[in-house]
Amino acid sequence: MEPVIVSPGMLLPTQILALLIPLAGVGIFAYIIARRVAPLVRAKPDFRFDRIAARLKNVLKLWLAQYKQPRYMLAGVLHILLFAGFLILSIRSISLVILGFHAGFVFPGLDGAAGHVYHVLKDYAATMVFVVAVVAAIRRGIFKPARYAVPEKYGKDHTGEAILVLGLIAILMVSESLFDASKAAAQQQAGVEVMLIAPGSLAWIFKQWLANSSDGTLQGLHMVSFFVHDLTFFFFLCFLPLGKHFHVITSIFNVFFMKLDKGSVKPVRWGVGDDQLDDLETFGVKNFEDFTWKHMLDFYSCADCGRCSENCPANAVGRPLSPRFISIKARDYSFKHYPLKGKFAPHEPLIGGIYEEDEIWSCTTCGACEEECPLMIEYIDKMVDIRRGMVDEGNVPQSLQKPLMAIEKRGNPYGMMEKKRAEWTQEEAFKEELSVKILDGKKEQADTLYFVDSISSYDDRIQEITRSTARVLAAAGIDYGILGKTEKDSGHEVRRFGEEMLFQELRDQNTEAIVNSGATRIVTADPHAFNALVKDYNGLPPVEHISQTLARAVAGKKIRLKPEEDDSRIYTYHDPCYLGRHNGIYDIPRQVIDAIPGIRRVEMDRCRDRSFCCGGGGLMLFYEPIEETRMGKLRVEMAKEAGANVIVTACPFCMVNIEDAIKTSGLEGEMTAIDLSELIDRHLER
Amino acid sequence: MEILVCVKRVPDSSENEIEVKGDGTDIERDDLVYSVNEWDNYAVEEAIQIRDKVGGTVTVASVGDEETEEVIRREMAMGADNGIHLMDDAFEGSDGKGLATTLKALVEQGSYDLILTGAQADDGAGQVGGMLAAMLDYPFASLVNLIEVVDDKKIKVGREIAGGNQEMNEIDLPCVLSIQTGINEPRYVGIRGIRKVASVEIPVKGVSDLGIDAGVVGAAGAKVKRLDYFVPELGEGAEMLEGSTEEIIEKLIELLKAKGGIK
Repeated sequence: MEPVIVSPGMLLPTQILALLIPLAGVGIFAYIIARRVAPLVRAKPDFRFDRIAARLKNVLKLWLAQYKQPRYMLAGVLHILLFAGFLILSIRSISLVILGFHAGFVFPGLDGAAGHVYHVLKDYAATMVFVVAVVAAIRRGIFKPARYAVPEKYGKDHTGEAILVLGLIAILMVSESLFDASKAAAQQQAGVEVMLIAPGSLAWIFKQWLANSSDGTLQGLHMVSFFVHDLTFFFFLCFLPLGKHFHVITSIFNVFFMKLDKGSVKPVRWGVGDDQLDDLETFGVKNFEDFTWKHMLDFYSCADCGRCSENCPANAVGRPLSPRFISIKARDYSFKHYPLKGKFAPHEPLIGGIYEEDEIWSCTTCGACEEECPLMIEYIDKMVDIRRGMVDEGNVPQSLQKPLMAIEKRGNPYGMMEKKRAEWTQEEAFKEELSVKILDGKKEQADTLYFVDSISSYDDRIQEITRSTARVLAAAGIDYGILGKTEKDSGHEVRRFGEEMLFQELRDQNTEAIVNSGATRIVTADPHAFNALVKDYNGLPPVEHISQTLARAVAGKKIRLKPEEDDSRIYTYHDPCYLGRHNGIYDIPRQVIDAIPGIRRVEMDRCRDRSFCCGGGGLMLFYEPIEETRMGKLRVEMAKEAGANVIVTACPFCMVNIEDAIKTSGLEGEMTAIDLSELIDRHLER
Repeated sequence: MEILVCVKRVPDSSENEIEVKGDGTDIERDDLVYSVNEWDNYAVEEAIQIRDKVGGTVTVASVGDEETEEVIRREMAMGADNGIHLMDDAFEGSDGKGLATTLKALVEQGSYDLILTGAQADDGAGQVGGMLAAMLDYPFASLVNLIEVVDDKKIKVGREIAGGNQEMNEIDLPCVLSIQTGINEPRYVGIRGIRKVASVEIPVKGVSDLGIDAGVVGAAGAKVKRLDYFVPELGEGAEMLEGSTEEIIEKLIELLKAKGGIK
């Protein structure tokens, strides 16, 4: 029987054309990818081939199920629909390309019933993707959400690229649908069996619309829509690696190779042990090629969605840092220095080139950006690596040199004397009540070592928290002691500010002192010390944060709590970055607070893994940033908005920043801050 | 340009609590930490920057005991090319003139175009730079906060004068300059930098190497003799505020309010 419509796969000239287009498209695409891979080959090593099961699980959850997307509901749902549509339509697109030179091609496994189901599914998928593309274009082009804006210093607006790609997607959907619709309309007119088209779909609407068109029109549309689809498809494929839509290709790899250990810091060089570091010629990232291949893949994978920067506290207070542009600027550097045509350009230093010093020092390593990124792009390790490079060049702000030197000489950033590290135990009222053992592993021994760290040992205000911690430990019946003068700064920020060798000295000294103490457990009230001991140290007894100790003591009825007396107090809990985001401890401190009978607690908008950094800890207290306002100030306003008048925190640095902010915001008397240990100490039923 | 920077190892005043010994012979030194004198560190940074601009070498020299080697090494980690450790029992107890005499002997052994010292030392009296210049009969500029190299015969040096104004002077080489803090931003020296120069040989020179008579330096040659260290008596009208920092601040605010200093 004579077919009612001629498909491109039936005529030799169109067959040849339909074969040439994919050959050229795939060829060009392969060439572009080869050029894009070039810098990755020159990059530093990165060990990402371990724990395959965990990596596959991440791919299923974060890539296939798009787990992070709904954190931004509208954009997230749109993206999930688009992504699901792409996955469904990938089979259809490949089939269509092959149909061009091989008439009657059916994708393996899609003959019979499965084929019918798939056909219906793809009709609706194409319709859905078309609608999403239109909605997304309207949103992007007319409503223009603020997070897509490009500040002047970072270059031109990116809306054009976004709209172009949405347009390409719409063209693909329309041409795909027209291809089927024209054929179905021709079949209908000829009175032969009409191919299945899902009712209400885009193709179905086109079919209705073409019901009375002439044979010639239908034949023309059929051919034209095929080649429009074919050309658009391969243009789109080759356009992806040229900009932010590269993520369509790289995302699955980026998620598979993502960092698995939150809160840790990458080694100076993968494959180079601590004892071989002295042999390294250079430290950290100074040039683009000093990044690891995975970090370069991160740059390629950035979808430019701006969620990182919208959540970045440094960006919020007007510091010269926007994580989004850390990625975009590096990606553009890579595109420029590793062009698609011609020779690779010689490298230029990053600092003073695409990055400025203050941009890199502005990061508090709070992790909000990484938490938000749907593509699991890393920022903290890059910041640390660039800082390592700056430290290696001696390029460290004067404000940080003093505390670093003091840590080197005295083991604390204040330059206070070692022998005064335990002086907080000598306050008169406290001394009468409790005596704290100094563990030397010989005369004085205890099961639990309370690792105090520098700020809690030396800062006048924070010593009150330290004494409260000691009191609640005693009340819980825990046999504990401290290291005293043999304790050094945990080095948490020393490492994160790029002074790796000083960190390693501190770590080694502390490890020796801790092991010598004979303690079998460690407790600390400082989340930064907690994170350091857990993630940066090796060979220590188990470590816990005081909130965990308290939760157990409350649950086991080791301590009893008095009811809250003042019913005008409304508490809110501020999640410290290094307890929450970096260690996943969100519920435990809340349980401890809620164990106080009659306490009223509200949540701030930004809580748990969206907590807003108070301003940073450790060396960040010494850094003098360029900023318009202070993070602590914004945080205190958030607490006020939530209707709270007491901010509970569980980190000494949060206390410093928040109490400062309460004062500078003129909220003294209206708002107070209290540490979790202090809160429990005050409510102890003695 | 061949540059010599004279540095000193001093108790770091920001990281120590300075207490006078009971017998008044010295300060308590048991728990002190030492570092390079802050002014000297600026001088070394300036020397390195000049060298990087016009070429030449930077040599760092220091008079002191074995421990002094640590600060010479630190300045070499910063980027100085050579270090010279001036150590001899005979130097012990030197006054400013003794130190200047020692350094003069060292300068005469080399061919330095520019000699830098700190404007003063944390534990010093700001004498050595001027004395050294006088002994060498070199031109001298003090409290320098700006250096511009004109050519290999002369340089321009700046000095801050009252009201934040700047004075510029021209000076012939070779000369001695005493350097003020703030002339630059000294680079950071990390543990890694120090380790890199850990095994570099630092020559030690004593009186015989320098060709000076042991009698003109050290305690023997000192023209100024230290008599005593003591804490001044509380004068009339003076009051020491005691307590925690917060308490002291509160008391101070009360006092200021009471005396009409603030409202």
